[in-house]
Amino acid sequence: MGSASLHSPAREMPGTYAAADEHYLPDSVERSAKILVVGGFGAGKTTLIGSVSEIIPLRTEEVITAASIGTDDLAGLPGKETTTVAMDFGRITLTQRTVLYLFGMPGQKRFWNPWHALAEGAVGALVLVDTRRLEESFEVLNQLELQASELPFAVAVNLFPGGPRYEEEELREAMDLLPQTPVLCCDARDRASSIRALAGLAGYALAVEKEKTSA
Amino acid sequence: MSALDRFDELPDPRPVPSYVVTGGRARPTRNTIRPETLLVAAGDAKQLPVTASSEKRALLKMCRRLLSLVEAAAYLRLPVSVAVVVACDLVDEGFLRVTGESPSGAGRPQPDTPPGRPDLDLLEEVLHGLRKLA
Repeated sequence: MGSASLHSPAREMPGTYAAADEHYLPDSVERSAKILVVGGFGAGKTTLIGSVSEIIPLRTEEVITAASIGTDDLAGLPGKETTTVAMDFGRITLTQRTVLYLFGMPGQKRFWNPWHALAEGAVGALVLVDTRRLEESFEVLNQLELQASELPFAVAVNLFPGGPRYEEEELREAMDLLPQTPVLCCDARDRASSIRALAGLAGYALAVEKEKTSA
Repeated sequence: MSALDRFDELPDPRPVPSYVVTGGRARPTRNTIRPETLLVAAGDAKQLPVTASSEKRALLKMCRRLLSLVEAAAYLRLPVSVAVVVACDLVDEGFLRVTGESPSGAGRPQPDTPPGRPDLDLLEEVLHGLRKLA
C-alpha cells in the first residue's frame, strides 16, 4: 500500500483495468462462502447487492448459444443464436478469515445454464419477491426446485412503496411454500434490512444442515 | 461515476473469440475452481513463458494479491467460464495458488457433509458474521 497509483488503476489489456489495492482481500482471508440472490426482473437483486457490498458491485457476462438453452427459449427472437446473460455480484468480508460473495441471478429458466455451478456449495438462495409482480416469482421458485433442489432458500418480500401488502399466509399459499420456508420482509435499498434478510436465510440454512447431520 | 460506467466507455475488449483464449477447450482441467474460489500468485519469481497468452499474463498480474476468480474475471472483462479455464492452467503450471477451502469442501475430506453443501463451521461463521453487521 502507499503507492501513488492506488486510486488510478492502470490499463492492462485494451478495455480492462487492474484492480486497485483497495479491491483486494485482506491477506488473512482463508475461505469464501456465497449466497445467491435470485428473483424476477426488477425484483431488487442488484439494489440489495449494492446496499450490502463493500465493493462497487461488479458484473460478469456469459454468452450462451441456442443449443445450450433449448430452441423454445429463443422462439421469439428470430435469427438470434446466442444471447448474453449478466450476473451482478458483491462482497462482504465477514471476519478476518471469511469472505461472503453475493451473486445476483436472474431466475428464469434460460438464464440458469451458465450459472448452474453457482448453486453448488452455496449457503442458500434469497428469493426476492416484488408483490406487484408476484407471478414472476413462480418461475423463479420453480426453477430453484428443478435446478438446485438441495439448496435451502428463503423468500424475502422487497417492500416497494405502493406495492400491495399481503398477509404471510396469503403469500405462502400463492407461492406454494413449505411450512418451514422462511418468509421475510426487507427493503433492498436499506443495508441493515438487507443484512437481516441474509442472516435469516443463513440461520435457516444452518438449521437445515444441522438437522441433516443429526438425522 | 462508478467503475462499471467507466468500463462501458471502453471498446469491446474481446475481439478474440473465447475458444482461442482457452485453446479450444470449453472445460477446465480441474473442477475445484469456482467463481468464489480465492486465488493468489504463487509468489516465487518464476516467469511465464514468452508464449503465454495475454489473458494468462493479465490474470496472473490481477492475482498478485488475494482475489476471487469472479472478481478477477470482472475486472479483466473475461467471461467467468473462460477465466476458470485460464486459472486452471496457471494453477496446474504452478504460477497461481488456490487459497484455503472451497465452500463445497473440495480438496478436503468432509465425511459428514453431503457433496455440494458448505460445512457447519462455515455456515455458523456466515450467520454470526452477518448478525454482527446487522
